[in-house]
Amino acid sequence: MVEISAYSNTIGQEVDELSRTYLDNLLNKPGPASDPDWVPGPETIGALESSKVLVIGAGGLGCEILKNLALSGFKDIHVIDMDTIDVSNLNRQFLFREADVGKFKAEVAAAFVEKRVKGVKIIPYNGKIQDKDEEYYMQFKMVICGLDSIEARRWINATLVDMVDMEDPESLKPLIDGGTEGFKGQARVILPTMNSCIECQLDMHAPRAAVPLCTLATIPRQPSHCIEWAHIIAWEEHRKDEVLDTDDPEHITWLYQKALARAQEFNIPGVTYSLTQGVVKNIIPAIASTNAIIAASCCNEAFKIATSCNPFLQNYMMYSGDEGVYTYTFETERKEDCPVCGNLARTLTVNPDMTLQDFIDSLGERAEAQLKKPTLRSEEKSLYSQFPQSLRQQTAPNLTKKLSELVVDGEEIGVSDPAFTIAFKYKLIFSS
Amino acid sequence: MAEKATTPPILQGPTAKEKKYDRQLRLWAASGQAALENAKVLFLNSNSGVVGVETLKNLILPGVGSFTIVDETKVSELDLGVNFFLEESSLGRWRAEETCKFLQELNPEVKINALRESIDAFADDPNRLEQYSLVLLIGPTRNARVLERICQHADKSSIPLFYIHCQGFFSQFSLQLPAQFPIVDTHPDPASTQDLRLLNPWPELLELLEKKTGNLGSLSDHDHGHVPYVLILLHFLNVWKASHDGQAPANYSEKKQFKALVESGARTNNSEGGEENFDEAAAAVLKSLNTPSISSGLREVFESDDCQNLKSTSANFWVIANGIQKFHTSHNGILPLPGALPDMKAQSSDYIQLQNIYKAKARSDLAAVTQTIRSSEQEVGRKSSIEQAEIEAFCKGAQFVKLIHGRPIRVAKCSAEIDWSDRAKALSQEIQDPDSLLPIYFAFLALDRYQDDIDRIQKLRKPTDDQQFNDIMAGRVVSGAVPPLPTFAESAHFSTPAVDPEHDPKPWPRFDIPEARETFDNVVKELDRADWGELHNIAALTGGMVAQEVIKVITKQYVPVNNTCVLDGIASKTAVFKI
Ligand SMILES: [Zn+2]
Repeated sequence: MVEISAYSNTIGQEVDELSRTYLDNLLNKPGPASDPDWVPGPETIGALESSKVLVIGAGGLGCEILKNLALSGFKDIHVIDMDTIDVSNLNRQFLFREADVGKFKAEVAAAFVEKRVKGVKIIPYNGKIQDKDEEYYMQFKMVICGLDSIEARRWINATLVDMVDMEDPESLKPLIDGGTEGFKGQARVILPTMNSCIECQLDMHAPRAAVPLCTLATIPRQPSHCIEWAHIIAWEEHRKDEVLDTDDPEHITWLYQKALARAQEFNIPGVTYSLTQGVVKNIIPAIASTNAIIAASCCNEAFKIATSCNPFLQNYMMYSGDEGVYTYTFETERKEDCPVCGNLARTLTVNPDMTLQDFIDSLGERAEAQLKKPTLRSEEKSLYSQFPQSLRQQTAPNLTKKLSELVVDGEEIGVSDPAFTIAFKYKLIFSS
Repeated sequence: MAEKATTPPILQGPTAKEKKYDRQLRLWAASGQAALENAKVLFLNSNSGVVGVETLKNLILPGVGSFTIVDETKVSELDLGVNFFLEESSLGRWRAEETCKFLQELNPEVKINALRESIDAFADDPNRLEQYSLVLLIGPTRNARVLERICQHADKSSIPLFYIHCQGFFSQFSLQLPAQFPIVDTHPDPASTQDLRLLNPWPELLELLEKKTGNLGSLSDHDHGHVPYVLILLHFLNVWKASHDGQAPANYSEKKQFKALVESGARTNNSEGGEENFDEAAAAVLKSLNTPSISSGLREVFESDDCQNLKSTSANFWVIANGIQKFHTSHNGILPLPGALPDMKAQSSDYIQLQNIYKAKARSDLAAVTQTIRSSEQEVGRKSSIEQAEIEAFCKGAQFVKLIHGRPIRVAKCSAEIDWSDRAKALSQEIQDPDSLLPIYFAFLALDRYQDDIDRIQKLRKPTDDQQFNDIMAGRVVSGAVPPLPTFAESAHFSTPAVDPEHDPKPWPRFDIPEARETFDNVVKELDRADWGELHNIAALTGGMVAQEVIKVITKQYVPVNNTCVLDGIASKTAVFKI
């Protein structure tokens, strides 16, 4: 009976009741690459259907991920997203329609997939991942991320690493993460504390170098310099009491006109409304097909992890479609000095004459740190603290002091940032 | 700088369409979008075809103009478990019409038609393909003849065709492009595209050089720290040439020496201990001082017959290529200047002045090329003249143009061997690598041939005795008369044409080492495990890949796959082969 079903499409024969989905074909028998100890059949199918999974993000990747999980046999899905639907989402976020603009993404996406795919339960949460505690994250079998924010990725990564209790294998939650830009993207599988984590890999996703402030202020040359000037300097000068809302067309129009006037003053061509939006909102080009590739990659790994029907990705796949199709699948190494999953302080060679302020600025530019509002402690004392205000005032005078006045050669300092649940450890070595 | 606090008037913002497509217009611009909107895609479905439906989703969302879905089957329970664009109420209805309905919800601006008929009609009538701009064909087709005929019709009408397989954890697609498929706008990495023409400066540039660096030593620290690095390099090139018989640094070691010379020009008696513009200049030495050369892709274009011998019917691409080649020859091997200037530390006005010098030179080179093209147009008697914008785009990207030679899709028949022509040797070497993904492609060929064999047997069926036929089929399967796929694949040979006329065609692929044979066998076993079924994830992933390629083919931007791509969803890897 098994063989004859192979002809069912061509002969038009009724399919065996037992094999109601194509998924069952695979889960009912082993393949050449599946583990010799793997048990096919109802046990595996049951494990898949009872796996509770969390999807973070219901945007371009998230919509695809929800659809893919639902059609891969997952039946208990949760999804978190704080965003509402914008008209510029409609070219790829295929669970949303024009009439949905303004509604919560998580809610609309969950309802859509639940309605379309029989027997799937999807519970949305319209809010931030930071609203939830460890107890909440502990209920899931794994977490799948489709985010465009590095900060949120780092937060969930640190949280999942923190949750690992060596005594309790259930506390280890695989984190599957996807990201895209244009025709390119990557998918990775993180087993917290077992292999390289998002923090270990941070320097592979270095931020774009910022344009020096003095260029913006005195010698602009590019249209983007004029736009950044309007964004950073002109707004502060003219409308500092208002919070800049990059989704407010009036605000963008104002910035555009300021940038345009400045560009004309310096004879710089090329300032447009679209470019203004792109620079101010740091827009990354995004298309449906790349989202499809990366989301499906992530869900394929999730399916293999949940069913053990075949080995899963170890641990990074990058995809590029700019020129032909190119993928690079490789294993990234764990870092012993990773501030999240490692134990060692990272060695940093510094000029002892550098001021603390310059040192803090340099931390913001370091690919592996990318800190915005760091607080620094030496072994002895607080060097600089952002919060509370009283401590900030007390430690502010340190900013102009030289490092050599604050720490000794070889001393370890701790750096933390309110955006992350991590503390970095650096061992400062003075350059001679 | 005194500014008056005026409320700006409300601006004519982006249109509704620009808003909706904002994130993709940043990739392929209005020209790419227009090409997509004018395209007509024909989707010929066989089997469950989720890979095709997912491809359509990724093309409907960005606004490809119109689609025709051809599918002769009715929706089954199996479809519901794997296809997102169907729902329970679709059961038993025509699949073409149901998928059409749910896909249409994604974008009201695109046109989608459903044809509930067999794709065989497109094999029988070559004219039916002609109105489409691109074909997506899902394999295996009913038999090899259908595949072969459709591929031939597409080839004859120069319509790009994708032939796609997706089963279990594997997928594969082949792209049949027209015999010549040129791409001008390949979107090369901006860092690699700089042509500053420092070794061939022109009078206007030299005039600015003299003005800005004539007495470099006596400049104020401020001015010295703001000389654009392009001028710094030109200045030190002159210094170098004076002591090197007028020659620029040619090899790596000379460039390193030259770099040290540039670095020595920086003033260090300041708080930073150096100058940013000199740092930029030093960093640019290695990539900016290459003697002019042209890429292999452009060389191939120049050397091709179509470029050498223009006719009144030559495509615009060849007429422009011919014009640029003539420019290249008459200008001692340099190409028209692209005209873009990277950002660099400089006073605003100096930078803008330099930028304008580069732009003006690019314009005058463009004018020279255009003039050549106009006289060629007359010479060969072309009726209309090529638009300036098209010539300009070619001049800007000349170094990076690509010419892809479309190749036919190989058809696996149960009754005949495949002709591998010039690829036989390369492919039979590749297949000896146990880590190669090429066996996935061969396993799908085996599947096609298997299907062709099943079809051959099925033709024996008389319409009156379905039950009896099925019993016979079942009996054959059990008795091994139609062996299961792995056994079938084992015995299926794909021969090379006889290289040595004294010998018969050899069975192929031959596996010289057992590990290579095992790789192939394992792929076939895993395919068989899926039992003709698609996994949604693999279909969605492949649908994303195919859609990217379709977009590249339609917009003629970026570079499409040449010509076969396989996906291994177990190892999470892909590979591209020229078949
Ligand atoms: Zn780590």
